[in-house]
Amino acid sequence: MSVILDSKVPGGSLESKWTDHKFHMKLVNPANKRKHSVIVIGTGLAGGAAAASLGELGYKVKAFCVQDSPRRAHSVAAQGGINGAKNYQNDGDSVQRLFYDTIKGGDFRAREANVYRLAEVSVNIIDQAVAQGVPLAREYGGMLANRSFGGAQVSRTFYARGQTGQQLLLGAYSAMMRQVDAGSVELHARSEMLDLVVVDGKARGVIVRNLITGAIEAHEADAVVIASGGYSNVFYLSTNAMACAVTASWKAHKRGSYMANPCYTQIHPTCIPVHGENQSKLTLMSESLRNDGRVWVSKKAGDMRKPADIPENERDYYLERIYPSFGNLAPRDVASRQAKYLIDKGFGVLGEEAVYLDFKESIGRLGEDKISERYGNLFQMYDKITGENPYKTPMRIYPAPHYTMGGLWVDYNLMSTIPGLFVAGEANFSDHGANRLGASALMQGLADGYFVIPSTIGDYIANTKLDKVTTTNDAFKNAENDVKTNVSRLMNIKGERTVESFHKELGHIMWENCGMARNKQGLTGAIDQIKKLREEFNHNVRIPGEANRINRELEKAGRVADFIELGELMCRDALVREESCGGHFREEHQVDGEAKRDDTNFCHVAAWEWNGSADKAQTRHQEDLKFENIKLATRSYK
Amino acid sequence: MDNKKPINLTLKVWRQQNTNSDGKFVEYDAKTVSPDASFLEMLDAVNEEIIKKGDEPISFDHDCREGICGSCGFMINGNAHGPQKGTTICQLHMRNFKDGEKLVLEPWSAKAFPIMKDLMVDRTAFDRIISSGGFISTNTGSAAEANSTPIPKPDADEAFLSAACIGCGACVASCKNASAALFTSAKISHLAHLPQGAVEKDKRALDMVAQMDAEGFGACTSTGACSAACPKEISLINIAKMNREYLRASITKKQEMAGGGEG
Repeated sequence: MSVILDSKVPGGSLESKWTDHKFHMKLVNPANKRKHSVIVIGTGLAGGAAAASLGELGYKVKAFCVQDSPRRAHSVAAQGGINGAKNYQNDGDSVQRLFYDTIKGGDFRAREANVYRLAEVSVNIIDQAVAQGVPLAREYGGMLANRSFGGAQVSRTFYARGQTGQQLLLGAYSAMMRQVDAGSVELHARSEMLDLVVVDGKARGVIVRNLITGAIEAHEADAVVIASGGYSNVFYLSTNAMACAVTASWKAHKRGSYMANPCYTQIHPTCIPVHGENQSKLTLMSESLRNDGRVWVSKKAGDMRKPADIPENERDYYLERIYPSFGNLAPRDVASRQAKYLIDKGFGVLGEEAVYLDFKESIGRLGEDKISERYGNLFQMYDKITGENPYKTPMRIYPAPHYTMGGLWVDYNLMSTIPGLFVAGEANFSDHGANRLGASALMQGLADGYFVIPSTIGDYIANTKLDKVTTTNDAFKNAENDVKTNVSRLMNIKGERTVESFHKELGHIMWENCGMARNKQGLTGAIDQIKKLREEFNHNVRIPGEANRINRELEKAGRVADFIELGELMCRDALVREESCGGHFREEHQVDGEAKRDDTNFCHVAAWEWNGSADKAQTRHQEDLKFENIKLATRSYK
Repeated sequence: MDNKKPINLTLKVWRQQNTNSDGKFVEYDAKTVSPDASFLEMLDAVNEEIIKKGDEPISFDHDCREGICGSCGFMINGNAHGPQKGTTICQLHMRNFKDGEKLVLEPWSAKAFPIMKDLMVDRTAFDRIISSGGFISTNTGSAAEANSTPIPKPDADEAFLSAACIGCGACVASCKNASAALFTSAKISHLAHLPQGAVEKDKRALDMVAQMDAEGFGACTSTGACSAACPKEISLINIAKMNREYLRASITKKQEMAGGGEG
């Protein structure tokens, strides 16, 4: 534990930290910005916003994404909304309250100063989005509309039907494409980062594979931003898009960037249940539905009656019963855990792994038109996937992996343990602690991209001696060779099993042992199983085709190899964290089915250092969390 | 929903190694397909069998599998995104097909969308149309308080409906002229509907239409095939709106020039 993780949180009162910090930053003058370059990996809300804003400031930006267009990054799929402490509803909201809700929602495992800044800039994000032409929902008077989300008792969520992520992403994308037109952002679509290049201890570039030609390319810069999203696909089935991967973060981890709290994963309570063996992904039904939907199961275990045949007094609206003050809007980790608890006891509806989300009452109160206006696309999606009409019969839902709070460790400036490597959005660990509240991911991605990174990167560049490097430098040549060697190693295994079969097996191990509930025995066993799986993958995976052209199996194989290594670390992290907090539920540590935190021993961030090989376990470091403005308390929504 | 009986299908799939090579149709069997599976999950299973035989799987673009990212899309029996209205291929489920059916799968066909491999095409022309003017020129940090400009709800709703385009390219693929009018017009009218976007609407209409033409997309002859095939049901009215914006912008531009140019 010799390494001290310096969070670099500035002094002063919580309310003035960010303003003072920005004032004390060194600036890069406009003429000099042109001489500095920044690489941005990922073009979702965080990456797209960062690339656009850095381009506007005058930096030379290179943006990379694996999709064929930056507009397709997975932020596009976010449904419900984005929080902003505007207090337009006059219902008692404030920056202070959003800060408090987020810290409490994260079960007191996030850094106070980062979360306060997030709440503070949340209001600017809404202004920015509206100025870009993002068509957020409005009231008849022309003012912006709000709805409620879990873990909050105020209405502060802005939305665009069930397509808020799409609309905000198109805003960031259009801002970025404007910079492409202006020549300040150079776009590299269908490119995957396969290594980080570190020169003299600083991040100075990346190695990418061109997914069309297979060419391995080197790119240099003065700073690198990783904004490549989360790693829920370690579970195989998740609500993430198919190409979502940990690869960019993992390559940075292997070059010295610490991985923080990898076991903090969010299992979202309302997803469409699994239908069969060939299922490739799970589909979320937005948390916003819990504004008007009521969650219930039959009071009788093993009840096989159709929902319409179960009378009102034989239904258990369990979230309303257990958490009367938050009701159906209990936070995600809490709602998921209760669903699992009841299903494990045999209360799953129609004998399935599912509970009901019922709109009958709100349709009766508001009419079908109103419900359709609020959630039309979600109801349609449910109907298409299940073949059932949710206006007539309640939705069947079940929890599914959705978001990862863990990620690369960053300080207050969002810089990782490698100087010059910044991490934004879901890829970093910083703001959500052990559980993220709904409508906070879009907020964080855009806060990081529009408002934090553009300032802190300038400060870094102004304060750092950056010698000129070119891609002919040894560090680039070595990294390029490493990537080429790894690609040919994978291609030459020529084994018997498909990439998909390894991914499925890993997902099964992770879901069973490092999912909604975890215990020592399961985690220990999982670590052994994953090691064996890695061993088998390395001599028995089959990748058809060639490496020098489009090869989707090769792309997938690289991602799955990284997921296997990450999976082992997640289990290790979960094993050491002998407490329950937020989404991390250790069965050994509970009171009446609720998470039991241990603030004496675990009020810290765990940050893992790579030791040079997958065969050597990572070293765990700690950053102690200090709560100076909020009192540590047992989290209760009852 | 009640019929859970697996079905068997024959697929006739366009296989092509790269943009410059010749392609051909190859037949595959899709056996014991669950009616609850999505179309892409059915293709995943076919691909697993192909890989086990040591061949290269069928390449197709896909990502979110929730009908929102716009990655997926190809022709099924001549229909962009297949037979179900208002649905992307990833959201199309096998309960919409009958046992024993033969399905022909082909990539989008348009000069401006070169085939990259099998069912994958290059749609970067769409990105270039957006970068030519599909934005509001506002820098980060310069925004006014969000509620300082009230926007009538009908305008905001109209703008939203146009902005719902996912950029998949089905409109181009289903048009006999391979026109990108629906895609381009959706962005032009989304922004023109809002006060923030009105400032640049003339320049935007002129620049985006010019880029659309430069990319090699065909002209619009108002057949409506695009809107009928659109998985987000983007309305044909957008094209009328684009034509109006373009016409007005062209006339006012001439007047400006006559009045002393841009200086």
